[in-house]
Amino acid sequence: MFDRLNFPQPWLSLLLFVIWQFLSDGISGASVVLGLFLAWLIPQITQGFWPQRPAFIHPWRMPMYLTRVLMDIIVASVSVARLILSPRAPRPMFVCYPLELEHPLAISILASTISLTPGTVSADVSDDNKTLLIHALDAQSEQEVIDAIKTRYEKPLLEMFK
Amino acid sequence: MITIALHITLAMVMIAALLNVYRLIRGPDAPDRVLALDTLYINAIALIILLGITLGTRLYLESALLIAVMGFVGTVAMAKYLKRGSVIE
Amino acid sequence: MSEIAEYIIAALLLVGGFFTLVGAIGLARLPDFFTRLHGPTKATTVGVGAIMLASVLHFSVNHDGIGISEILITVFLFMTAPVSANILAKAAMHIGVKSMDDTRGKPWEQ
Repeated sequence: MFDRLNFPQPWLSLLLFVIWQFLSDGISGASVVLGLFLAWLIPQITQGFWPQRPAFIHPWRMPMYLTRVLMDIIVASVSVARLILSPRAPRPMFVCYPLELEHPLAISILASTISLTPGTVSADVSDDNKTLLIHALDAQSEQEVIDAIKTRYEKPLLEMFK
Repeated sequence: MITIALHITLAMVMIAALLNVYRLIRGPDAPDRVLALDTLYINAIALIILLGITLGTRLYLESALLIAVMGFVGTVAMAKYLKRGSVIE
Repeated sequence: MSEIAEYIIAALLLVGGFFTLVGAIGLARLPDFFTRLHGPTKATTVGVGAIMLASVLHFSVNHDGIGISEILITVFLFMTAPVSANILAKAAMHIGVKSMDDTRGKPWEQ
């Protein structure tokens, strides 16, 4: 029993603890105790869902990446709004995107980024984690979509993950 | 000033919710209906937040948080059901 | 409350309402399921995000403290929107929902 009194994922535990403090009404003794308990319990229960430890090598680049994604989300929604309101029909396209990233967490971050940014939604990952199927709302050519994603999002992620 | 903006925004979100209901009824496929429900719960969150601003209380934020969590789980469960034919395997 | 804050809050509210409406119009108007997926995932998420930001500003200017719950909801929505879009697209491809006639490229079968 006592050998389980550890925190297998300290960052996840810290995040859970901080979020619990925000959720409860002000920091009090009770919320700290319950927060500590949850920060211990939830990583223990969900440990089986993490096949590999996330391996960040440059975690401090994450805020920069998130800022860029946030800016792109705003630009993306303006362009999508313009397309929705304009009378011309969109030119949709399915694109097969060759992945360079290998880590599952990195791939899911890239897929989420793609879904939130200009005119693209990631639809599926192939079973061997090598190809990402993307649906583009309004694309000129396949190569253009692939190049844009490669330079803007996959390069920074490649630098962050090993 | 804020009151006028609030009323206009409320009207816009209401129209958005009606359009979602239109898609929900119209279909034509099951994923369309699930997508409409997904958008509908996000609009419901927006409505709750607007109501909170109108009444000047933050009590409703808890319910907005609950709707966000439950709505996401519901969408994923329905999509999983469409894909596999069962939710828990 | 200061004038400027009031203007910013009103503008944020209007922008949020506009994007929410545009997302719903996209959902109602676009021709096939995969194009409809784009409206809600982007426009609606941004719209609700703007409304949340207006709420945070409103309560932090009027009362004491900033609302962490709103920020948590917004972060949660931004994290879950791509996931639900992805799983819905997968389900649609599995069922074999028809895509628009002039869609280039093909969804694969797995």
